[in-house]
Amino acid sequence: MTSALALPAPPRGLRLRTSDLLYTRRGLLLLALLAPPLLWFGVVYLGALFALLANAFFGLDDFTGQVVREFTLRNFVALTEPANLDSARRTVVMAVGVTLACTVLGFPLAYYMARHARGASKALLYIAVMLPLWSSYLVRLYAWKLLLAREGAISWLAAQLHLTWVLDAVLATPAIGGPSLSFSSIGTFIVFVYMWLPFMVLPIMASIERIPGSLIEASGDLGAGPGTTFRRVILPLAMPGVAAGSIFTFSLTLGDYIIPQVIGDSTLYIGQIVYRQQGVAGNIPFAAAFSLVPIAVIGLYLWWAKRQGAFDAL
Amino acid sequence: MTAAVTLDEVSCVFGHGASAVRAVDGVNLGIESGEFFTLLGPSGSGKTTCLRMIGGFTLPTAGRILIGGDDVTMRPPYARPVNTVFQDYALFPHMSIRDNVAYSLMVRKVAPAERARRADELLELVQLAGVGDRRPAQLSGGQRQRVALARALINQPQVLLLDEPLGALDLKLREQMQSELKALQRQLGITFLFITHDQHEALSMSDRIGVFNVGRLEQVGTPHEVYNAPRTRFVALFVGAANVLDGELARALTGHDSAMLRPERIRAGDAAGARTSGAVAEAQYFGSFTRIKVRAGDALLQADLPDGADRPAPAVGDTVHLHWDTRAVHALAGGHA
Repeated sequence: MTSALALPAPPRGLRLRTSDLLYTRRGLLLLALLAPPLLWFGVVYLGALFALLANAFFGLDDFTGQVVREFTLRNFVALTEPANLDSARRTVVMAVGVTLACTVLGFPLAYYMARHARGASKALLYIAVMLPLWSSYLVRLYAWKLLLAREGAISWLAAQLHLTWVLDAVLATPAIGGPSLSFSSIGTFIVFVYMWLPFMVLPIMASIERIPGSLIEASGDLGAGPGTTFRRVILPLAMPGVAAGSIFTFSLTLGDYIIPQVIGDSTLYIGQIVYRQQGVAGNIPFAAAFSLVPIAVIGLYLWWAKRQGAFDAL
Repeated sequence: MTAAVTLDEVSCVFGHGASAVRAVDGVNLGIESGEFFTLLGPSGSGKTTCLRMIGGFTLPTAGRILIGGDDVTMRPPYARPVNTVFQDYALFPHMSIRDNVAYSLMVRKVAPAERARRADELLELVQLAGVGDRRPAQLSGGQRQRVALARALINQPQVLLLDEPLGALDLKLREQMQSELKALQRQLGITFLFITHDQHEALSMSDRIGVFNVGRLEQVGTPHEVYNAPRTRFVALFVGAANVLDGELARALTGHDSAMLRPERIRAGDAAGARTSGAVAEAQYFGSFTRIKVRAGDALLQADLPDGADRPAPAVGDTVHLHWDTRAVHALAGGHA
């Protein structure tokens, strides 16, 4: 007997044929989905970056103010001038300080949100962390200017609590102090920490959420008290989150030019120098060279973090 | 002899008010030192909560827990002389196998060389010598299981708690681990408290079994007692296959108000002297035996007939005559549950 089964004719519709084609040639679908982001990333993003890099090796004609497209290392020599080095150092110190403060403030909050908060309280904490990002950066910045001003809310609160002497002592400290909080680098620091804290809390929370509860129980079961469990199990496993968060806080601080302009003493940070060089001075090559400093610093930072084993638990 | 673990009227209630769940409800239990004791029950019966309370991960809402005579009811896990093999093994992914096994020694500040030596010893004990430098992700499920065991044993705990440790393994590996675990327990003489929902596992490994149902211990006894003389209908049905007969039918067939009859105790034979006869409603072939279901009154009697190459098993529709010894019948207290 011959086979009684007659196969139905293959589908003819364009839609069906397209879906068959995409189903059998998975690579095609992947290419269709990845082409737009790759184009964006490759052409726009990397292109801009390479243009920047190229510009850093051009010079500026001192008389005409025109960019001279000839290879020179003059910009990098200029970077080593004391004033520029000082700005770079100050910016890096600020970025390190802000990152450390965000980690110390953000970790307990992230831990609580990931391991203890449930349902409504978790949603509420989420909103509380994200809320600052809902309003404009400039609005929040000027709000802080009011809070930190000599006649602002913080001075008033300190006076009410008879703690004005503490505030004065902080402001009298060299290097971080100033005439008022809004004109001191401690003020700049406070606002930086406030602005970037969500970028630290969220990645840490995500990494702590991924730690199975049984690991923490196992550590206790094997005789480790809470402190040892934190140092040996939780912290190493949360490290990729801390590293991710610190890349945000560190690079955002390195590149920002608005916060130190509105709040702080009048010393310059890298971002401000880049902004002034390309805007007021029209010295795009020098601005480009200076903007490579944060990129180099971040690169060094990542190399160091990797060597410290921050990504081992990934 | 002091009991290795004593539970004294232990209860654990989750939640409050109307939504409160009595996960463990007034459990009394004494586990003897050196015993392989199994808590057997369906999921959600409270056996895992019970183990977690002994380990210190969940605190009881009432009652006392004693380990080796010490009241540890409210002590944190790190201050209890027990160690646990977790269901998901809970190996630290960022540490080498050796560091995992030596974790408790590291916590107690044993010198690194001594730690490594002891860890390698334990790895050898669980037949994993030579994997010390690898990471948990590089091992198979069965190997991770052994590492978890070595890590929990390195401190020589008074009691080893095992929370369904074999659940994730495939059948062959599971059977192998069962006999290895049993051998290890005999060799080390440590009290094992084993949790499982698998009755075969419980029967084949344990010195004694405690059967859990909705937060209560229904029966504690040797595997033989629990299988052949179940105290309740639940135990009869949960441990092994059982025909549980009630009422008129039970009285007619067994002479009791409520009785249990194991399927393998029923034989097929001649019409003469048969306890009951009927048509086969279902037949399932299992290799070593054929399970048939025979209509008897308003119930189906299940019988496991040993496989014989010389005679075919009865097929659906055949009439069979069933025989059993009076001793095969076990009277159940309480009748309907």
